Parts: sequence; C-alpha cells; structure tokens
Amino acid sequence: MIRMLIPLGVFLALVALLVASLQTGDERKVVQSPLVGKPVPQFSLPGLHDPDTITSRADLLGEPFILNVWGSWCWACRVEHPFVERLGREAPIDLIGFNWKDEREDALEWIGRFGDAWDRHVVDFKGKVAIDLGVYGAPETFLVDHEGIIRHKHVGPIDATVFADLMQRIMELEAQAQ
Amino acid sequence: MSCQLSVVSKWALVLALVPLLALGSAIEPYDFDSEVQRQRFKSLAEQLRCTVCQNQSLADSDAPLASDLRDEVFRMLQEGRSDQEIRNFMVERYGDYVLFRPPVAGHTILLWGGPVALLLIGLVAAVIVIRKRRTAL
Repeated sequence: MIRMLIPLGVFLALVALLVASLQTGDERKVVQSPLVGKPVPQFSLPGLHDPDTITSRADLLGEPFILNVWGSWCWACRVEHPFVERLGREAPIDLIGFNWKDEREDALEWIGRFGDAWDRHVVDFKGKVAIDLGVYGAPETFLVDHEGIIRHKHVGPIDATVFADLMQRIMELEAQAQ
Repeated sequence: MSCQLSVVSKWALVLALVPLLALGSAIEPYDFDSEVQRQRFKSLAEQLRCTVCQNQSLADSDAPLASDLRDEVFRMLQEGRSDQEIRNFMVERYGDYVLFRPPVAGHTILLWGGPVALLLIGLVAAVIVIRKRRTAL
C-alpha cells in the first residue's frame, strides 16, 4: 500500500515545486544586471536643458549619485515620478536624470507638465550609452558610489518600498564616502 | 446585409494575411559585406534574447532596444569581431540571460543535468519494476 503512494508523493512534490516557482515569477522577469559591482562605463553625453554642456563619467566621480533612466514615452516613469521627486528632495546626493531614447522637445514638455525632480540630466537619444549600462526598460535606477562603482540597480517604477530601500542604501553610500 | 462572412471568404481573408507573416522577422536592410556575414548576423540575432520582450529573439523583435542591439551586432561584425566576442559583449551588459542557450556552469548544472538525471532515474525505476514483475511470474 505504501509503495502505491510513491507516485502520488512524487506528483505532489512536483506540484509544490511548480506552485513555488509561480510565486517567484515576477522576480525572475527582472534581469539581474552583471554590472552591479562594476564601474559605470565611460560616457560623455549632452544635457537636456543645456545641449552644449557635456557631462562625462569623470565629472560625476568623487560623490555618490543616483542615475535615474526615464523617457517621456515611458508610462511607468509617470507612476514613479512622485517618488523620484521625493528622492530629489530627501536624498543627500545628486539625482541625475538619464533621458533615454527620447526627443528633446517631448522631454522638456514632460518636465514642464510633471515637474523637474532631477539635479541635472544627460540625454542618450540614440541609446548607445544605455546599452553599455545594460538598460533594457525605463524606468531603471542605479546607485553609484563615489568611486564610480555601480552598487545597486532597481528595474521598474519606484514605489514606497523601493524608495525606503533606496534611501537606506544611499545613507550607507554616504557614510562610506565620508 | 449580414455581418457573417461565408466560410470561403473567411479562408480568403486568412490567406490574404499570410504574406504579413514574412514581415514578422525584423531584419533591417543592412549592407552586408558577404553572404557569410549575413548568415552570421542572422544566427547571432536568433541566439540573443530581446530583454524587453523576453520571449523573443533579437531577430524577431520590433522593440526599439532590439533594433539598437541589432545595430550593435552589425557594427561589431563590420569591425571583424568574432561571434564569441559579440556574445560576450551582450553578456557583459545583460548577463547570461540574453543567451537563449545558457552556458554550462555551476549554477546552471541543474538546468543542463536535470533532464538527464530524471531520465536515468526513470530508467532505473523501470528496470527494477520490470525485474520484480518477472520474478513474480
């Protein structure tokens, strides 16, 4: 009798495994970036308000900063915007907007409508630098330490939980930079 | 007028849409140096996953990022880089995830070895059951 139950046991174990994987389905959709722990790639990109100002990697080193990838075409960027504004106000480090595959007019109009939460922007209309950064969907948020090492990456809109997590990490980065 | 299409016109509609299937593959008119290069491009684009639209390859996807990545693949082919170098370029930025065929490594051993292990367990179980039945006869 007990031996008859073996197939049932195997079957139930399989069901348990599949149900467990269903729970983590959303997590697996997020592509883990191999760039966490690596330096921010070299770049030099123009500004959004000031197309003639070029910002390069070297300009940003020395202090930790947040790099927030957004675009006026990106619906989820509107969703996260209140939290981006809070980051701009409450985080003690620079918040850099990385305007991705956008058009200057559209981006400026978006900012006019929803507010400019960032300390400054760099624009990557062609998306070349975004590829080096492993960006695959806006919004994405990178935390970079004072040595230019990517310490954390969040993919998807920032909500209250993510905001709290980011603030905690930012405080740690600040403490290390001192 | 009736809104229902006759069976014949339904099929005619389906057949009329067939040529559109050919448009599904999103290979831009790149200016390839040779047929060999074109084949390499096609093969690479099929091996690489479009990370935005996760179950499509770069070759299949119309997403703007996929198009940017195809441009990169083409640029690297023009520069004379090897297939392996091009795959590495993608893996360095997007991780093993971009490869439809993940490498055999410590953390993927279950993925690659799992089916073989299950097959072996099944075979052993089958042999045991068959032997028992024989001796029971």
